[in-house]
Amino acid sequence: MKYAYYPGCASDSTARDQHTSCLAVARSLGIDLAEIEGWICCGTTPAHQTDRLLAACLPAANLVRAKKMGLDMVVTCAACYSTLKMANYEVLRHPKFREQVSEVLGQNYDGSVRVRHFVEVLLEDVELDRIRKAFKRSLNGLKVACYYGCLLVRPPEVNQFDNPENPVSLDRLVTAMGGESLDWPHKVECCGGALSLTRTDVVVKLSDAVLTMARAAGADCVAVACPMCQINLDLRQSDIKKETGKDHNLPIIYITQLLGLCFGISAEELGLEKLMVSPESVVKRLTSVEEMFE
Amino acid sequence: MTMSIKKGTASHGLLRTVEQMADVDLSVCFQCKKCDSGCPVSHLTASPPSEVVRRLHLGAGNELLESDLVWMCVSCETCFARCPMGIDIPSAIDALRVLAVKQQTPTPEGDMPLFNRAFLKTVKIFGRTYDLGMITAHKIGTKSYLKDAEKFPVMLKKKKIALLPPRGADRKTARRIFDSVKRKKENQK
Ligand code: SF4
Ligand code: SF4
Repeated sequence: MKYAYYPGCASDSTARDQHTSCLAVARSLGIDLAEIEGWICCGTTPAHQTDRLLAACLPAANLVRAKKMGLDMVVTCAACYSTLKMANYEVLRHPKFREQVSEVLGQNYDGSVRVRHFVEVLLEDVELDRIRKAFKRSLNGLKVACYYGCLLVRPPEVNQFDNPENPVSLDRLVTAMGGESLDWPHKVECCGGALSLTRTDVVVKLSDAVLTMARAAGADCVAVACPMCQINLDLRQSDIKKETGKDHNLPIIYITQLLGLCFGISAEELGLEKLMVSPESVVKRLTSVEEMFE
Repeated sequence: MTMSIKKGTASHGLLRTVEQMADVDLSVCFQCKKCDSGCPVSHLTASPPSEVVRRLHLGAGNELLESDLVWMCVSCETCFARCPMGIDIPSAIDALRVLAVKQQTPTPEGDMPLFNRAFLKTVKIFGRTYDLGMITAHKIGTKSYLKDAEKFPVMLKKKKIALLPPRGADRKTARRIFDSVKRKKENQK
């Protein structure tokens, strides 16, 4: 199982832990993630807010590289995922636009590279049964609110990831790990995403709404699959406390970190110390699979 | 809801321009307001998405570019996903943003246009984003030095912000793309 891996810019800054935990999980499952050499930023929100052509060409430059590798592309960031898929979608839909993109790139791109989130690879290619066999520890009934945010599931015509209003991909992984995945209404609400630095006031309000609902559902932690969701929900808890007095104290943990813990990968390799709200309560809950059957 | 439309500020309003730029057909909107119900910021704005569409129908001109949704929209795609007519409102809002920058409308709170420029500049230079450079440029531009100041030491310690610019990107390709897109736009004029 080999893929062209696109780490995305956050892998070198805010989401280094998602990157390292993803690589570690892949290794345990025998998935070969070959990093795309010389990959560049996909442009994400600032590009599509600025210029439609630029917003397609930046991701397409990476897709061309994956195409040369002859492999499906795998990403871990939901924003990259959506941006790359949108480039394919636009190129396929408008022959004229495709021409323009190809002119800018200096080579033809036909929109044919399949872009997949790492979670899709886990569920579709590896499959739960094989993942289950690799578990050394269990989440031991930990109550997990799985949070998908926006760009994994929307726009549905473009992304075609799971059910856009009630996705269950992360929930299936959590259940397989022995956790209790919660039924809660804010799975696909927005955390404020791109406004993190510019309208922090808005982000604080939106993230507070998500976290308040997760707590009301009885969550011990929130599982995420996107660096932007992670940083907003995690980093802004201190601002929420200042603004509203609410101390959510909820660890916001990447799904790959949870998987890594269950595979017995070290906290260090999973980058657990990078989380702002300490995941200690989560780690303490884990039991070994043998213990579960005692 | 009361809505004021200044007619005649632009000869035929922005409707056609926005439709063309975003490749959308706004005429099929029947004002069901499903977009507003799911929009995470509609309770914070003066003009929720359905109203922006309606104002375009009614011939709104450049004054619409100052509507607060233009820069408060988080591009969450919820309105698009739920619109019964399949209208890609986020793309229409992107078009309004491009026009707002072109028309040099007053700087919105938080100065998202500056953030976008700073972000893309680091991508053009380094091929990938350089958070520290981008944040510094935005802070200087908005004079918001104290905001989040207490978070920086922790984030640096946790290596959530890299001190040095990113390495490994094909910088030449990035620069070529930016230059070529710019040239194409100039030729269109
Ligand atoms: S959901 Fe679609 S049809 Fe309904 S008001 Fe919004 S844009 Fe118009
Ligand atoms: S994309 Fe913008 S307008 Fe549409 S629902 Fe999200 S925030 Fe509201």
